[in-house]
Amino acid sequence: MKPFSVFDILRHLILASTACVFILPFIWMVLTSLKPESEIFLNQIQLLPDTFAAVENYHAAFTKTPLLQFMVNGLIVTVAIFLSQVAVAVPAAYALSKLQFKGKHVLFLVILACLMIPPQAVSIPWYLLMYKLGWLNSYEGLIAPFSISVFGIFLMRQFFNSVPDDLISAARLDGFSEFAIIWRIMVPTALPALIAFGIFSIVAHWNDYFWPLIIANSQEIYTPSLGVVAFRSDEAGDSYGPLMAAATVIVAPLVIAYLFAQKRFIEGISMSGMK
Amino acid sequence: MSQHAVVLDAHLQSEAPQALGKTTVSLPLGQAREQRTAWLLSLPAVLLIVLFLIGPIIAIVLLSFTDWQLGMSSYNWIGLANYIQLSEDEAFLAALKNTLFYVALVLPGSVFGGLAIAVLIEARPSGVGLYRTLFFLPVMGTLIAMSIVWEYILQPDFGLLNMMLAELGIEGRNWLNDKDSVMYVLAGIGIWHQLGYNMVLFMSGLLAIPAQLYEAADMDGVPHGWSRFRLITWPMLGPVTLFVVVITAIKAFQVFDTVEVLTRGGPGKNSEVLLHLMYVEGFQFFRTSYAAAITVIFLFIVLLITLLKTRFMEKKVHYS
Repeated sequence: MKPFSVFDILRHLILASTACVFILPFIWMVLTSLKPESEIFLNQIQLLPDTFAAVENYHAAFTKTPLLQFMVNGLIVTVAIFLSQVAVAVPAAYALSKLQFKGKHVLFLVILACLMIPPQAVSIPWYLLMYKLGWLNSYEGLIAPFSISVFGIFLMRQFFNSVPDDLISAARLDGFSEFAIIWRIMVPTALPALIAFGIFSIVAHWNDYFWPLIIANSQEIYTPSLGVVAFRSDEAGDSYGPLMAAATVIVAPLVIAYLFAQKRFIEGISMSGMK
Repeated sequence: MSQHAVVLDAHLQSEAPQALGKTTVSLPLGQAREQRTAWLLSLPAVLLIVLFLIGPIIAIVLLSFTDWQLGMSSYNWIGLANYIQLSEDEAFLAALKNTLFYVALVLPGSVFGGLAIAVLIEARPSGVGLYRTLFFLPVMGTLIAMSIVWEYILQPDFGLLNMMLAELGIEGRNWLNDKDSVMYVLAGIGIWHQLGYNMVLFMSGLLAIPAQLYEAADMDGVPHGWSRFRLITWPMLGPVTLFVVVITAIKAFQVFDTVEVLTRGGPGKNSEVLLHLMYVEGFQFFRTSYAAAITVIFLFIVLLITLLKTRFMEKKVHYS
């Protein structure tokens, strides 16, 4: 029994109208970033600008605060975090997956337990540690606490488990060192997992606010999230055009990347959820 | 984002315990060498885990039993005094109440909302990709930047929301500055941010339901629509739903970004939440040990949710 097409129409109606509400903030942000001040403070709804002020707004966004610097900082911090997470997690994941050693079981249980720790819960001790190391208000301070990702270890171990042991034996016969096995055999085979983890890690740290807010207090090392808040405070909230332009610039890289590689992004972000 | 999510994932992975015990590397390295190599490879991870996770967790619990503040050269053990003070602190009680209220709104809103959208999207093949893209977009948008956009939309005089309401003849309000509306607005933004994530999880859960079950239901004459949902879809989504509930609850308890940017806990203490209070006490007033006690309570709640889920998982919900 085929249901009627009334349902089809209703389905599109409900989904399309709800979807509009969901993307409205994005649309409103971009539209506002194109409008001159006079039209923004107009007390009536006007979707499209009469006169375009995009150049002025984006120019103001990049010159009134070091927006470009914030973006570069975001790039430095996210990439450095990801690379150190890989460098630390992959060898450990290989050992946990493919080697036998005393304490392996305990180590794995410790990793499972550490997965439960929300980063905010350790922020006070991190702050004290960064203070001791002299890393307050520095790139090191932004990066170091996240250099270890127990999630990364856990995830890579799961994927390494599915790499056949014969492959490793063959590599050993061919004279590969364990180091070479990890980086030249395991990592290439687990590349999809590594990409998914990379997306997860980079998105999480590009968007992070809690830790940067605590550790960074000068604009030179502000990450994008801190930067856009600083912009708002500096401009005292009366130049919405440039502010929305700045927000657009900060949101754009991830959203554009997401639109181009949706499957991978959804996989990467929801990976922490389901298998 | 959600590292805890993974924990749950760990429990879902029934193969994990078996994998621990097996070794079939047919060309062994030689036992002593294998031991040495394995520890050498794990060493950086182990050191960093101790330095950044285990050490700090122990430190935060110990700190909460002292009177230490940043900059003090000595400290005293004061037992439960911080916790007793918390139980009489109006700001803390407000934060606890508001956080629970926030969770109580965001949890059903984004779980049932995500489920409804997922079911509706998967009901027909047309537009599946497009709708998924659109609903997932808020998950991708940097929440801090989008909070500032929301602030502008909610602005009382020329914000989009009040202007739209005015068109309908409804008088708007100063949403973020009104103690009656502030938590609802924050929860609304929370649902907006979380729903797409839950939707994606539900969509993969729906795809995993065997088509034969629906065919069998057809043969048994189960009508389409609600009955089929109640008899097949909902029970089969059990494990996914539980999982989504736990992740959402944990994320909702961590609400911070929107509060910090939009209200700073105000007006009064009407939108104060646990993590924001912890941030204010710990990093603005530098009452370190007091903030540590708040952290311990926050941690306790988050762990409790995870453990409850594990117990429930073992007992009840299973497909196979």
